[in-house]
This record gives sequence, structure tokens and C-alpha cells, in this order.
Amino acid sequence: MTVDPRTAPDVDASDVIGPEDELPPAAPAVSFDSTPDTLGGYLRRWWQGVRAGELGSLPIIVGLIIIAIVFGTLDSTFYVERNFTNLLLQMAATATIAIGVVFVLLIGEIDLSVAFVGAVGGVTMTLLLRPDGAHWPWWAALGFALIVTTTIGLVQALVITKAGVPSFVVTLAGLLIWNGVVLILTTQYSTSGTIRIQDETIVGIANDFLSDFWGWVVAGAGVAGYALVQLQTARSRRARGLDAKPLVVIVLQVIGLALVVGAAVWYANRDRGIPSVTILVLAMFLLWSFVASRTRFGRHVYAVGGNAEAARRAGINVDRVRILVFMIAGFMAGLGGVILASRLRSVATNTGGGDLLLNVIAAAVIGGTSLFGGRGRVVSALLGALVIASISNGMGLLNLATGTKFVITGLVLLAAVLVDSLSTRRRAARGVV
Amino acid sequence: MTTPLLACEGVSKAFGAVQALYRVDFEVQAGEVMALVGDNGAGKSTLVKGIAGIYPFDEGHVSVEGRRVAIHSPRDAARLGIEVVYQDLALADNLDVTANMFLGRERTRRGFVLDESSMEHAARETLQGLSVTTLGSVRQTVAGLSGGQRQAVAVAKSVMWNSRLLILDEPTAALGVAQTRQVLDLVRRLADRDLGVVIISHNLHDVFEVADRITVLRLGQRVAMLHRSETSQQEVVQAITAGTLDHVPGMADAAGVEP
Repeated sequence: MTVDPRTAPDVDASDVIGPEDELPPAAPAVSFDSTPDTLGGYLRRWWQGVRAGELGSLPIIVGLIIIAIVFGTLDSTFYVERNFTNLLLQMAATATIAIGVVFVLLIGEIDLSVAFVGAVGGVTMTLLLRPDGAHWPWWAALGFALIVTTTIGLVQALVITKAGVPSFVVTLAGLLIWNGVVLILTTQYSTSGTIRIQDETIVGIANDFLSDFWGWVVAGAGVAGYALVQLQTARSRRARGLDAKPLVVIVLQVIGLALVVGAAVWYANRDRGIPSVTILVLAMFLLWSFVASRTRFGRHVYAVGGNAEAARRAGINVDRVRILVFMIAGFMAGLGGVILASRLRSVATNTGGGDLLLNVIAAAVIGGTSLFGGRGRVVSALLGALVIASISNGMGLLNLATGTKFVITGLVLLAAVLVDSLSTRRRAARGVV
Repeated sequence: MTTPLLACEGVSKAFGAVQALYRVDFEVQAGEVMALVGDNGAGKSTLVKGIAGIYPFDEGHVSVEGRRVAIHSPRDAARLGIEVVYQDLALADNLDVTANMFLGRERTRRGFVLDESSMEHAARETLQGLSVTTLGSVRQTVAGLSGGQRQAVAVAKSVMWNSRLLILDEPTAALGVAQTRQVLDLVRRLADRDLGVVIISHNLHDVFEVADRITVLRLGQRVAMLHRSETSQQEVVQAITAGTLDHVPGMADAAGVEP
């Protein structure tokens, strides 16, 4: 028998369910966020996080120190000023391309084509610059090359999202296709397969150095900017009654950054100075870190990588996020390809080949970006590229055989992935409350 | 008799030859907890999905606060203040509590820069308003939360967007005793804040603890609408398993019309 809802008495909830004391009291209230406004509280919280598996950049910094000690002990030229600036030059292209790869990994996809897409960018620019050919101004050739690589990212992304083909397969096809395009273009315009870049500005990208003075100016501006952002954030949080970084922590972090940056500038200035390309890489790092951590788009990137279904239900256009991410990867690959071409002052049939692809993906992963999506930061591209460049540089000084180099690089990659999966397990263990 | 917050009158839904819902009446008042119970395949989920706009009803109509409405998509439902908290929760594990609560509706400055402190503030206010105080921090990732806490975050997320009717699909299914307690307390507080709450549950013990009224579905039809204070678990079980059907599936109904 159905009970007619119309006969329901017009009463409010408390009358129907009777006195409140029928329900036992809620769990005892625990106040939010015990404010760690002291240095001790802040450190304690950080250490709790580390023990719970929130390692952040800690393992890689420890790893870098170990690498520096090992290679420095084995061959003292590792510490020489000239080698330091070389290291900064060697990591630039890897770090640039790896920034794009971090975004792709964050949404839980992979892009195997980045190395050759970058090469297509470098070759396109070089061909447009040829004095006996198109002879475009440097900015037009550079801009067009970046448009080309970004469009390649767009096209690959459209196949991935609209046709539902896994990114692994699409970009694997892309790897072959763009490798072929590089071969076709370089052999068509040169019998030797090598095309030299004769534009001074483009060659200067990866071969010029800041004067000592400008090195200090940039370093000072960077540290001051960091301090301002930190203070601003803390002030706006306090204004809303939220917990904020204690002032003493900010001061210590600024001093720490100033010491590291100052030491780097001082050391580089004893040689040729800070390479211009390092400034370009840092600018890209700041730009994309901002995009990833401070913008709505960045938040959606993490959401798509963490739980695409949740993102969809929250009204996020998941396909649009995916497409933009592959376009970012194409753009950064193009820029990396330009840096690579500039550094070698030429492009050749083997541009983008070799271990470039493995290095950029390894850099992102070694830096702490998860292959499974949703976890990682842009800074991991830089730290990972620094590790890869240090190992390769150190082994080069030791005159190790290529085979040995590959084995050691592979072991470092494995160690990085192990650290990640062990810390993930710790987080999972903590998750089961 | 106040106008119900939500009223479905004679709604039906068929999937091919299967009549999932047959002329069901269902209503929820503001400030009450309405339990929706029934055996597997009784049509609970179909009814809820119809209200949520996931698939529209074939016939019958739905009114919100006495006004006839057409709900064709989840977006329509959200616009009317109807939110569904699904069993699988739809939270992103890698994001923190605040980011999840604002997912897809982030507050920004200048259109694209996240306004973190404002969102964090609002998330805390909302959770505190619901007396959800067992979370350590709204900056904690969701992966580290217990089942009850996750449920609370999912509910708080819906509440924050000014929903007036909240539908909870098996909110206590995977929870332990203490966590179930937390969620039921939360459900009660939602109703005290004058929201209408629909709770789908298999657990009659939970239902009797929190619901004001109980709607029983059986084979796609409503077989009972009981007041908790005037009924017993036996009566509800009786309705679930053997409630009288107005229309016997596969046979001509009283009016002699095959559905």
C-alpha cells in the first residue's frame, strides 16, 4: 500500500526525529591547522611530511651532492670553473624539452616524439635563415619554427583526444615521422647533411655569456623577486587568518637562495660568466612553474592527471586541457631544438637522435615527476636535467666508454623511480587511516 | 502542508523492454532527510539519475518548490540546486581538500591566477559550518583521508555551491562504525540547515537513525512512504520484499494498458 505523501504532517525535522540527544555527539573537535608560526614548528611539520613520504626535491638534491662528490673525487677537473659553465650549457636543451614532458606526464600521458619534433624546429629555423635561401630575419625564423612545433603538438593531440588513440602509439608514430622529416630536409638542402647557422643572434643563444655585472644584476633581481613573492603570499594568508610561513623561515630561505645563486654567479664569472641560455631556461622555468601551480589551467592539468573522471564531472573540458598540454610540449620541444642547433651552430641528419629522447624523459622522471600522472613539478625538469648532464659530463671527463655511460645513466634512472615508488608506498600506507 | 522542495509525480523510465520505474511519486521537503530504500533493481538509482538529469524520465513531471521544471542534463540539475554525491566520490586523490572543493569553479584574480587564500578560507568556513573538524588541514591531499573524511569533503563540496537538495548514494557503504557515525551526523546537520537530503542506503539501521521519512521502491514502483517515527524495521523489510504492487510486470495493469 502506498502512503499518500499529502498526509504527511507539516512539521519540521526536529519534531519528526525527536530530541537531538538520540544522536551521540560528533567526534571530538580537532582544531584546524595548528599554526606553525615558529621555525621549530615549521621544521617539525616538514620532517613529518618527509617521513610520511612527501619527499619533494630532497632525494634529488642529496643525489646531486653525491654525484658531485663522486666525480669530483675521481677527477678534480669536474670542479673546474670552465666545467661548471659547460654543465650549464649542456643541460639547457634537455631541461627545456623536459619542461614540456613534465606537463605531458602530469596528465598521465607520454610524448615520445619530443626529441625529433625539437629537431624539426631547429631544422626549420636553420633552413629559413640560410643566406642563399629564404634568409629570414632571426626572430621570424625562430617564431615560425616554434609555431611549426606547437602545431605538430596540436595535430598529435587531436588524434589522441578525438580518435581516442593512446598517446604512446601516436607519439611513437610521430617519432618516426619527424625523424624522417629531419632526414629529408637536411639531405635535400645539403649534400653533407649538415647545415651551418650563420645568424649571429641565433648562434648567440647558446654561445653567449652575460658580463660579470649583468650576472650579478640578474642574480640580485631573482633573489629579490623570490623574497617579495614569499612575503606577499605570507601577508595575504595572514590577512585571512590562515597559517603562513613564519618570517624567520622566509628570511632563512632567501639567505639560502642568495648564497646558492651568489656562489653560482661568482664561480661562473671566474670563467666566462653565466651563459645567456641559462637565463632563458630559468625564464621558461618561472613561466611554466607559474602556469602549473598558480593558474586555473595548471590546477586542471593536475586534476586531469589525478582523476580524469572527477575533472569531467567538475565541468572541466578534459580534451581541451590535453590538447593544450601537448601544444606546450611541442612548443618547449621546438625551443629546445633551437637551443641545440644554436649550441652546435648547425643542424645535421642526426639532430634530435641519439639519447636525447631518453634523456629528456629520464630528466623529468629523475626530477620526481610521476609517470602515472598528477604528481610532479616543473622544477623536476631542471633538477633532472642537471643530474643527467652532471653524470654525462663527469663520465666524459673520466673517458668512460659509451656503453658504460648508458649502464650508469640507466641505473640512476632506476634509482630515481625506486625512490618515487617507495615514497608513494609510504604515502599510501599513511592514507589508510 | 508546505510545498515540497522536490516533487516527482508519476515518473516512469523504461530501458527497452525493462520497465525500471513505473509511475512513481516521490517528494522531499526542505529540512528533511528522505531515505530511499529497496532491493537491488528496485529503481533507486534510476530515480536518482532521472532527478540528476543523467537520463530524463519518459513520463511524469518534476517540480522544484512547486514550479514545474525540465531537467535534461546534470547542468540543469545543478542550476536548480540539486547535487548528487556519488558512491565513487569523484575526488582527485592528488589534489588537496581545498582544490577538490573548488575543482572546476576555482576563484581567480584577473581571470586566471588562482586566489588560493580566498579559496582556503572559504573551504575552512564551509567545513567548520558543517562541524567537519576531524580534518587536520584543508591543504592535505585527499589521498591521505579516511573514507568518512572523503565523504565529508564530497558533501561539503556540494554544500558550498548553495545546493538545496543533496542526494547521497550509499554514503556509508564502505565505512567503519565510527566513520559511519560521522557521516550520519553530517547528514543530520545538513537537514538542520534546511537542505533537503535524499539518502539511498541498504543499511536499515542507518536509515532509521537518520531519516525522517522512508520511501520504499519495489520492482520500479513505490510500495510505501513511511514516517520513521510511526514505523518499524520489520514493516520496511516487509515493504521491500513483498510490498503490494499496483501493476504486476508482464501483465496488463489495472487500467488494462500494457506499459
